[in-house]
Amino acid sequence: MFSSVLAQSLHIPVQEIADPSQKKPARAEAFYKLRQLTGVTPASRLEMRPTPKMVSSGIREINELTGGFPCGCITQIYGAASSGRSGILLAALAASTRRREVCVLVDVNDALDPLSAAAAGVEFERLLWVRCGSPGSSSKHKRITLKKESPLAQALRATDLLLQSGGFGLIAIDLGDVPFRESRRIPLASWFRFQRAVEHTPTVLFVLSQEPLAQTCTALLLKVAGQTPSAFSSQLSGKSPSHARLLEHLEIKAEIVRSRVERRPVRSVTASFAATAVRTG
Amino acid sequence: MSFACIFVPNFSLEAILRSEPDLRAQALVVLEGKPPLQKVFAVNEKARQLGIEPAMTKLQAETCPEIILRPRSLQQESSGHAALLDCARSFSPRVEDAGDDTILLDVSGLQRLFGSLPEIAHDIAQRACEFGLLVNVGVGSNADVAMLAACGFSGVKIIPEGREAEQLGAIPLNVLLEKSKADHEQNVEMFETFQRWGVCNLRDLAALPGIALSERLGQAALYLQQLARGATHRTLIPFDPPLIFEEAVELEHPILLLEPLAFLLNRMLEQLCARLESRALATQELHLELELQNGWHEDGDAVVERKQFHRTLRLPFSLIDPNTFLKLLQLDLNANPPGAPISKIVLRAEPTQPRVLQNDLFLPPSPEPEKLELTLAKIMGIVGEGNVGSPQLLDTHRPQAFRMQHFSSDHNQKVAGTHDDHKESSVTALRIFRPAWHAMVKLHNGSPVSLTCSHFETTSVDVLWCAGPWHSCGDWWQQDGWARDEWDIAVPGEASIALYRLVHDRLSGRWFLEGKYD
Repeated sequence: MFSSVLAQSLHIPVQEIADPSQKKPARAEAFYKLRQLTGVTPASRLEMRPTPKMVSSGIREINELTGGFPCGCITQIYGAASSGRSGILLAALAASTRRREVCVLVDVNDALDPLSAAAAGVEFERLLWVRCGSPGSSSKHKRITLKKESPLAQALRATDLLLQSGGFGLIAIDLGDVPFRESRRIPLASWFRFQRAVEHTPTVLFVLSQEPLAQTCTALLLKVAGQTPSAFSSQLSGKSPSHARLLEHLEIKAEIVRSRVERRPVRSVTASFAATAVRTG
Repeated sequence: MSFACIFVPNFSLEAILRSEPDLRAQALVVLEGKPPLQKVFAVNEKARQLGIEPAMTKLQAETCPEIILRPRSLQQESSGHAALLDCARSFSPRVEDAGDDTILLDVSGLQRLFGSLPEIAHDIAQRACEFGLLVNVGVGSNADVAMLAACGFSGVKIIPEGREAEQLGAIPLNVLLEKSKADHEQNVEMFETFQRWGVCNLRDLAALPGIALSERLGQAALYLQQLARGATHRTLIPFDPPLIFEEAVELEHPILLLEPLAFLLNRMLEQLCARLESRALATQELHLELELQNGWHEDGDAVVERKQFHRTLRLPFSLIDPNTFLKLLQLDLNANPPGAPISKIVLRAEPTQPRVLQNDLFLPPSPEPEKLELTLAKIMGIVGEGNVGSPQLLDTHRPQAFRMQHFSSDHNQKVAGTHDDHKESSVTALRIFRPAWHAMVKLHNGSPVSLTCSHFETTSVDVLWCAGPWHSCGDWWQQDGWARDEWDIAVPGEASIALYRLVHDRLSGRWFLEGKYD
């Protein structure tokens, strides 16, 4: 029954359908002419997505671990407070500005310390800083308008505009102080939109958060962790007076959670490095 | 020598039509005078067909319901005159300002650049049309012939050398008397005399015997006859128009919404940019002045009347794209609305040299300046004006001393050299709390041992480790002096320790958490 219907729709003799061994090429050719499959590319013929260009993250250990940050993709770094996330962000911004690229920091909580950024080597002439949630220097009318929109919504709208504008080397969204109960409400559609917008561009879209957010849209997902109290015990047990102590460095551990950059299974590899404390002021 | 003359018939009407070209298809009447003594000053052909004539009262004109009334605007006429000068200057550097509606220019030697004289004349008329003005163009062997040809014939008229008297003969005598520089009363007397003699055009005047004419009406009449014959010779009085690019529109009915305002701004910007382009200039500073009706603003607690609303648009690069300017102005007005009906719009551009840019082949791509400006303006509309830009550190030890400056991608071009001396390492960044978190701190032997902060999940946390204090102070000679002690503290976090910067303000005695190390 099926063979007769198929033969009718393909305009070929029923015998050829019934006996697949006969005239295979003709049958296959006719099969592709089937109306429902016209214009559909078989999975076997899909083009391989080219490996994205990798740029330096600004930290040697991260570069060795991941090969850098992929261009035209979303890279996400997450971790708890004092885990070294912001240090990696500043290092990425510094590396981008050193490459003479124009980069953007969409700062959801207005948390950037310009002194730390300068110490990390960020060139401010090439850094566009978008401070969300900060009261603007404008009229009363405007302040009333701004109250309606949360800093997170402002950041998402600003990121949309920046991605549409194009031409940036790195766009970083800092959600580091946004509680996970708020950041998880970002619709997945927004991340898909960002992914589509950044695709086939030389821009690195960098997201910093407390927990993983963008799910499958993320090409590279890194988890960073700071020191546990036990690891910090050597300093804690110090008997020296407080004025003789110094916050010298943070030991940071980075782990690849997901990587779609390399076409092989995710390896559970980690890298440890130290972030040097810089006294500014 | 060859001269051209640009003449705008019905100039006051054309000045209005320049900013409102849609009225060209309607019967338009221009009124002059103060209410209620307004009289018709100028009419277009359609209004004339409806029976409206100059010098009628406004009441008489209003009897015809189809006409559109507009008050005469000297500012619009001034803009129109400036546009006319720009049009002439785009063809020749030797230009004479012969009146509000008349410009003379020397076109000798321009044939290699612009083609033959008829082509030049047509190009001039076309350029004036782009500026929103319908003009007559006359070309002759001397300035007066060119002027009479422009005033006496509509469209483009070329008077060949040697045939001036023949070609100018058909021009009515009143055209000559209007354009002659003699006394007005004397002209009226002469015109009446010529009418009594039956002289009604330049051909009749040119045919009169010169000696007899001089004996009866004097040297002035003889000069008029020379003009009618096209036999005068004079040099141009060169005029260098000032670089003032200003467009104005006075509205009969005030505008309430931004949408119709944008429509008018678009037209004005197109005119401004066309004028700038004709002078091979661009602009990076636009001033918008709006005259308001019943405007007010809050000055502290008092409500003060405001009649003027001023906005300035400054760009880091020069530009002559009206669409970009319009979008930027729209975004700026959306963020800062005038707040009252608008009765007059003045738009002024500060001219600068156009942007000349040679991109480096080895530079990474950067955002297009025009697109970036629009994006920045849109983001400013979202996050606020002072919240977008590049940070700039100030030369002081005061904590958090920085300012925001306008971001421009042109820095990419300006900063030369590469930075190969970088080290690939990380620094411990401080995440600033804005505003700082107030905290209650318990001390033991001068060091913090526990602290209470409303932002922590638990009411009180123990300080596991601390370093400090680091004393600093400054500006003590000023009123806003500061003095503080800083501590680096470690408190237990969710999975690991959290490091904070704790600050004791020695002037107020208060403690607060300034930021978090991350």
